Order: sequence, then C-alpha cells, then structure tokens
Amino acid sequence: MTNYSLRKFKNQLFFILCAACVIIAIIPLLSILYEVVSRGAPQLSINFLTQKDADGGIGPAIQGTLILIGLTSIIGIPVGVLSGVYLAEFGNNKYAASIRTVNDVLTEFPSIVVGITAFGVVVLGIIGSYSPLAGAVALSFILIPVVARTTEESLKLVPNSVREASLALGVHKWRTTLSVVLPAAKGGLVTGTLLAIARIAGETAPLIMTILGNSYFFQGFSSPMDALPLRIWRDSLQPYANLQAQGWGAALVLILIVLSLNIAVRVASRGRLRR
Amino acid sequence: MTTLRMSNKNGETAVNLEQVRPEAKMQSIALNAWFGSKQALKDINLTVKANAVTAIIGPSGCGKSTFIRCLNRMHELVPNARMSGQVLLDGKNIYSKETDSVQIRRRVGMVFQKPNPFPTMSIYDNVAAGLKLTGTKKGQNLDEIVKKSLQQATLWDEVKDDLKKPGTGISGGQQQRLCIARAIALQPEVILMDEPCSALDPIATAKIEELIVQLKNDYTVVIVTHNMQQAARVSDFTAFMYLGQLVEFDDTTSMFENPKSELTEKYITGKFG
Repeated sequence: MTNYSLRKFKNQLFFILCAACVIIAIIPLLSILYEVVSRGAPQLSINFLTQKDADGGIGPAIQGTLILIGLTSIIGIPVGVLSGVYLAEFGNNKYAASIRTVNDVLTEFPSIVVGITAFGVVVLGIIGSYSPLAGAVALSFILIPVVARTTEESLKLVPNSVREASLALGVHKWRTTLSVVLPAAKGGLVTGTLLAIARIAGETAPLIMTILGNSYFFQGFSSPMDALPLRIWRDSLQPYANLQAQGWGAALVLILIVLSLNIAVRVASRGRLRR
Repeated sequence: MTTLRMSNKNGETAVNLEQVRPEAKMQSIALNAWFGSKQALKDINLTVKANAVTAIIGPSGCGKSTFIRCLNRMHELVPNARMSGQVLLDGKNIYSKETDSVQIRRRVGMVFQKPNPFPTMSIYDNVAAGLKLTGTKKGQNLDEIVKKSLQQATLWDEVKDDLKKPGTGISGGQQQRLCIARAIALQPEVILMDEPCSALDPIATAKIEELIVQLKNDYTVVIVTHNMQQAARVSDFTAFMYLGQLVEFDDTTSMFENPKSELTEKYITGKFG
C-alpha cells in the first residue's frame, strides 16, 4: 500500500513539475505581450498608422514591412517549397543528404551574416545601392531553409499508399507530387510557411545592411526603405519619450500584422474537404 | 531450345519461343525479384488468361504481392528493389527499354490491400482522378464515366447523392469499391488486386467478391489472397506460391479437388500457412 501511495505521489509530483514549467515558460511571454499592448495601444490612431515620420506616424515602416513580406514570399516560398519537395520525393540519394545538412545549418545561420552577404552581393554588387530587393533577398535566405525543412517534414507525413495509388493509375511522378501529395500535406505546409514569415517579419539585423531605413514612403527599388523592426530599433535609441512611445506602438502593429496574416491565410486555405 | 532475338522495337532480349503463349494476356518468364540482397521471387513462370480471374495464394511472405507488383512495374518503386526476367503484356515485354512504366500502369490497374482513396478529393474527384491526372479526359464525358465506373463497382446507388463528399468519409468496404471504381474509370486491360478484402468485414467482402466475378466480363483480373475459400469462390485459375517459388498452377477446380503437389495439398487443407 505504501508502495502504491508513493507511486501516486510521484505521479502527482511529475504533473506539478510539468505544470510549473509551463507557467515559467508562459510568464515572460505574457508579460511582454502585456507591456507591448498597454504601452502600444494608446498610440494607435489612423494618423499613427498612415502618416510619415515627420507627421508622427509609422506609415513608411508598415508599408516597408508589407512590401518586404510580399517580395520575400514571392522569392522564397516557391524556392523553399520546391527544395522541400526535392528532398522528400526525390531525395533518396547522397546529394540530398548533404543538402539536408547544409539546409539545417542555414536554418540556424546568424541573421547578421546573412545581412552582410546580401550587402556584399546585392547592395554593393548587383544593384549598387540600398534597396528593398536586397532586403527581400536577405530575408529569403532566412525563409528558404525553414520552408524547405517544414515542406519536407509535412510531405513525409503523407502515407506512401497515397503516392502508390496515384502512380498505379499511370500518373507521372511530378503530377502525383503536385496534385495528390502536396494537397494532402497542405495543412503542414501552410503552418510552416506562416511560421517562417512570422520569423522574417521580425528580423532586424539583415535589414540594417540592406534597406537601411527611411523616414519617407517607398521610393523605388534602388532607394532605402523603412520597416517596422528598424523603426522600433531607431525609436528605442531615442531619448524622447514620445518617440519611444511610437516605438511601442510600432511593436504592437508588427505583432498585429503577423497575427492577422496568420488568421487570414488560415481562413483562406481552409479547404472545403478538410475534416 | 530455340531462342529468338526479337528485333521489333518493343524488346530485344532473348525469349524462348516455346515459352511464349500467344493466348495469354500476361505472362511472366523466369521472373526473379529482390529486395536488397533478399530474393523474394525465384524463377516464376506464370500465364494469366484474358477475361478470367487468376488467384494467387500462399502463406504470408511467400512473394504473392511482390509478384503482382512486378506485373505493373510497381515493384521498382521500392528503394533497393531489383528484378530480372520478363513480363509480357499481349506478348510484349513490359520491362524492355522502350517501354514507359507509366504507360504500363495505365493499362494494368491496381487495387491495394488497404483502401487508399485520395484524402483531399471528393468521391467524384477520386473516380475522375486517373483521367484528369493522366490528361486523358479530353473529348470524354467525365460525369458519364464517373457514373459508369461507380455503377460497375456497385457503389453508385450508395453514393450518388454524396458525390461531393470526401472519399475518405465512407465506410471501409465502400472505400475499397471506390478504389476499384477509380481503377476501372481508366478502362485498364488488367486489374491487379492485392488482398483487396483483408481489411474488410464479411459483408463488404461478399460484395467485393461478387464484383470481381462481374469484372472478368470486361477485364482480366489477378487477385492475391491469403483466404483460400475466397480463391475457390472467385477464381478460374489458381497459383500456389511458397517461399518465393511457384509450386503449382492449375485451374481452380483441379487445384482444390486434386492438387498435384503435396505442399499444395497441405496448404489448402490448412495443415500450415
């Protein structure tokens, strides 16, 4: 009997430990969220969201972040998804094994190094000035390995019987992958891509060296551009309380953009056949 | 033995003239198959007659499934899998260099052990998938083909009002008939069935068996089963395989009433396997 109560006690102890760890993990998260909302929310107004810096707004930063997310998605998602498809569906060889390793290293690459690379190749080389394109290229370097990895993982979860069913109908491999396997992996793909976009939306270091920052709205592909993380960074270095407050507002807006993007894509991609 | 070096474009490997049976729909000649270093099939020579049901029986692991997967070139999709020998479809080697495996699978359809409808597609799209994905729908009435295939698979009456519902939302037995409908929508010449009833209850099994007997009017059927009663009920010819070898092949009645090999007799009387 004592043995049984000891086991019961151990069971409860384990549960309490797990619950305590969850609370420890959540406290900083909630306190950050509380801080950002309580300090940022009072800033929100139409003027704040749409005007340029001189008029007390963060419009250029919002516009820049949206442009960056768009450009990076256009460059990065097709490359990332197709790389993942190669690794999962055609990656049964030694080349794929080394690509997988390199890809894993790239996932954890310091973003400042990615920024320097884009600075050297695009800013100094191809375009010759700070440019939204350079920023998008740098962010793509961060996005692609994450998307490739999650694509591979979600494709591997699709049972082989589904592939065989299609191949046995005399459907070509590429068509099977596009029309049967990818749709079956859609849920995981969307989630992975959204996580990657959320990550690049908050990147700051590579942007310092590629788009520099700007107080005015978009001025073309060979001029500096602003972005929310850059604006938050600049405001946080200011000694003036009103600018610091604008930084908090910008931080809240960045969180809201990522959140609404998340919800929008989920609603849009909810297939009629998902159970 | 006379050998012939076939000079036509469909195969240049040597074939024993005496072995080729022109009346056969499909024929395997000296077929060997391996998974890595493990040999799964040893020198299988088997003839599949047109518009008949050929059953392949044998204990687990005897190579039944591997054999029929060699008949539509699905075996080669398994990593490290190899084969040697020939498989003739209408007298032409499906393993010759000029033959496209995709074309062969289009002509030799397959139904799997576990029902595997496409999870993201509706019942209708599942049946139409073969035609759509192989790009052969042009000039054909898709609705008509879907209806006809589902009718042939005796599923139409049960699903005709739910064609837009997901293919995975129906019962296991219905899913398996859906997979049969998906295979026959392409109008293949041969239908291979790999233990199609092993995941189903007795009522669903009876329906599929009835369907198999009907299918031989239009198609050549090869069915793998470890259920001997099933082989006796549905097939015209039976092959008994053991440890990768073909032990006996005969018409079903002779095989079950008067087996030639002692091993076959032991197996069909339930002494092992």
